[in-house]
Amino acid sequence: MPTHDVLVIGAGLAGQRAALAAAEQGVSVGIVSKVHPVRSHSNAAQGGINAALNPGDSWESHAFDTIKGSDYLGDQDAVEIMCREAPEEILHLEHLGVTFHRNEEGKLGTRAFGGASAARTYYVADITGQAIMHVLYEQLMKHADSVARYEEWFCTALALDEQGECCGVVTRNIADGSMELFEAKSVILACGGNGQVWKPTTNALICTGDGIAMAYRAGAKLMDMEMIQYHPTTLAGKGFLITEGARGEGAHLLNAKGERFMERYAPNKMELASRDVVSRAEQTEINEGRGFPDGTVALDITVVPKKRVHEALREIVLVGRDFAGVDITREPIHIKPGNHYTMGGVKTDVDGRTDIPGLYAAGETACVSVHGGNRLGANSLLDTLIFGRRSGADAASRAKRIDRSRPSRAVLEAEQAQIDAISAREKGSGRRVSEIKFELGTTMDAKVAVFRDEAGIQEALETVRRLKEEAESAYIDDKGAVFNQDLLGAIELGYMLDNAECTCVAALERKESRGAQYRTDFPERNDEEWLKHIDLQLNDAGPEISYSEVTITQWEPQERTY
Amino acid sequence: MATYTLKVRRYQPESGEGPYWEEFDVDLDPSLSVLDGLLQAKDRDDGSLSVRCSCRAAICGSCGMKVNGQSGLGCKTQIGEAHEAANRRNGGSEPIVVEPMGNMPVIKDLITDMESTHWTKIRRVTPWLLPHGEAPEREYVVEPESMIDITQSMACIQCGACVSSCLSMEADPDFIGPAALAKAYRFVGDPRDAETKERLHDLAHDQHGIYDCTHCFSCIDACPKGVAPMDQIMRLRRKAAEEGVDDDPNNGANHVNAFVKMIEKKGTNDEALLIQESYAPGIKGKLKPSKGAIKGLVESLPTVLRAIKTGKARSLPKLIPGVHPKLPDGAQDEVKAIYEHAEEHREEFNLYIRGEEDVEPEPEPDETKMEETA
Repeated sequence: MPTHDVLVIGAGLAGQRAALAAAEQGVSVGIVSKVHPVRSHSNAAQGGINAALNPGDSWESHAFDTIKGSDYLGDQDAVEIMCREAPEEILHLEHLGVTFHRNEEGKLGTRAFGGASAARTYYVADITGQAIMHVLYEQLMKHADSVARYEEWFCTALALDEQGECCGVVTRNIADGSMELFEAKSVILACGGNGQVWKPTTNALICTGDGIAMAYRAGAKLMDMEMIQYHPTTLAGKGFLITEGARGEGAHLLNAKGERFMERYAPNKMELASRDVVSRAEQTEINEGRGFPDGTVALDITVVPKKRVHEALREIVLVGRDFAGVDITREPIHIKPGNHYTMGGVKTDVDGRTDIPGLYAAGETACVSVHGGNRLGANSLLDTLIFGRRSGADAASRAKRIDRSRPSRAVLEAEQAQIDAISAREKGSGRRVSEIKFELGTTMDAKVAVFRDEAGIQEALETVRRLKEEAESAYIDDKGAVFNQDLLGAIELGYMLDNAECTCVAALERKESRGAQYRTDFPERNDEEWLKHIDLQLNDAGPEISYSEVTITQWEPQERTY
Repeated sequence: MATYTLKVRRYQPESGEGPYWEEFDVDLDPSLSVLDGLLQAKDRDDGSLSVRCSCRAAICGSCGMKVNGQSGLGCKTQIGEAHEAANRRNGGSEPIVVEPMGNMPVIKDLITDMESTHWTKIRRVTPWLLPHGEAPEREYVVEPESMIDITQSMACIQCGACVSSCLSMEADPDFIGPAALAKAYRFVGDPRDAETKERLHDLAHDQHGIYDCTHCFSCIDACPKGVAPMDQIMRLRRKAAEEGVDDDPNNGANHVNAFVKMIEKKGTNDEALLIQESYAPGIKGKLKPSKGAIKGLVESLPTVLRAIKTGKARSLPKLIPGVHPKLPDGAQDEVKAIYEHAEEHREEFNLYIRGEEDVEPEPEPDETKMEETA
């Protein structure tokens, strides 16, 4: 039975940062990931990372932008911590070897990003997430003595002791199908978001909400699950991301008539308004017949100097060429809003603690909440690193403080039995897993997207509940032990359905429009009744709703215009 | 929408059977990828068809594979183009052939063991920054171009396509290889790293190091991210020469110098002289050969004999120094001019550093294609 003081589940930016922070405290650390760490989805973060590091900038300005961006649903104590600690984190990364872009003086250079009142986004071309993650992985290789890596191990459940504290995780070694119960004094969930619940999405196939679902099943509270970000610039059909950095570099959004339509929606910030604002503007243009026949509008990057495009937007030159057949330096590219980011997640405090002792969450899995109703571009990498580090440090100090309690093997046996039951289903006994996933994704994209209303969300919720029943009898083809991806897909489907149910329930509950939640039947923000978080906790019948206060320190809610 | 046939090399380790081929018909828009085709087959027909994949957008590096024999990413290979390539290759309506990556053990279907090959080699190059002394209070101040320069090798997503395609590694499985050496350049080229010379010494002195590459360009072709691993290896060699690392037991640096001088002087390779000049350059070298030179020359004899026997080197009488044919007309002057131009314009082909292309007249040639082969 592998035993560690701190066990991190997930090896994207949040997970790797947490593992390194915990290891610094001299405790035994394990990091488990269902894919090789460098395959994690943090790779896809293109544009950059925010920090108020320039002399003329201030953390207060960064915090205000973040809070305004969140439509005042972000918890201001957490936002303050994130923005205060950002500059130090950037410098730490630079010292580790991240190849951040330099200005002419050879110092760190910045670019502009959406919803920000200063150019405070630090970047590596448009591969910022990849560049940072590969550097953190370099550090994991360097510190192999203090951080054990379990690459391509899949987690199926959390183990709690008799006091209800988290003390381990049930895993499956993907390479040979063996099941293991890992023991740990602290467990950090850093499993990313749940984008695969929607189809299409910018998210990778691995983003199936595993951490959120495992915590929920173990009894942890989830928060802000209705807040799902649609990114303004994704390729139609395939959902690939075109970085906000393109607009940061000056690209325009045009409708089919060639109008720079953001003038009507955000006359000051134009294309660099908050993402929810830009996505709604695009969707309105499309819905009102001013889009292209393929249901898109255009992003015109040709206005950016070509040398700059090659230097700073190289990745999307390739994406345009390879996946859309468009040379973005010569012609506009068709884009539309697409599912992108999970603002909600496992409810944590500013040290990543969930309400299950010993269980932590960080990054997109967690909801601290710093993003509230809408995340600003280039704040996600920052969130993963700051709260990954804080979780790792706190998890390590807990591990030093407490005695080990051993998880019961019963949980391992129950998981094995569940897997055996899935494998035992006969072909044709139910639907294929892939069919259920498809129906789930297209339903959510149709009903729980940029614009929502009660009838649509209700319909989606009923579909999700039916699919949950169907998933109970869904069959798989692969009965083997080695790299049985078919089986993992069936388990992931279960995670996705729990995520979907929670999002629908929360979206139905919030009867107002705030951030990414736009209810056409309640089109106004209503601070009197809804300046609060919706928390969900599993009871016998499904997610049970409660509320928690939004922490306000110094920024009273105001009308939000860009 | 069109129907394509994917002929997949399958291996199910628990079946007790060896690898076999299986064909899947898939219906896809030609602009979708070979990976999309495989996933459709997996979703519709056989869930046991195994392939690592995640982002579908050539970012995560999971789906390295061979399509029609060419190493690359399944998600970045358009199925329509792969179909045409299969037809061109075989003349007629042939299926698209999909295989696991080369130079790595296969675990199941298209899934290979990257740990025992790729990652072990990556770890071989001490893949983390080694700065000296305390970190500065703020950032390290460095030349902006230097960061852009190493961003090309930072663009590597560790997919293994270059390793899969590497002909040198096929001949010498211990070759550190294109991916790991590109990773090494990421540190050698990083002004914050304080162990540049030690790194270069290490990689030059390893028998399977920077001089094991044979410039076949396969890795440049295979790389889906424009990292151009071979270019990074050549930079390591150049940097090694600049840093005075020329005493490697492979005699690599001297061999490079001998070759460069010979082409400048004669235009083509004079096999009779190359090995001599590599070990004992110039008259000085001949008059007073070092111990290492004598050893190297003696040890090269079997290779020389084999080369003559197989016709790779020209027949014995023509091996007499001096009879090497000169280039016709003034061609040698043109070779010299190329050398002079290269000396004056020491530019790196780097995807992230572009020249003044904004002032170039329109229309331009297809730059992206040129970059890839640069």
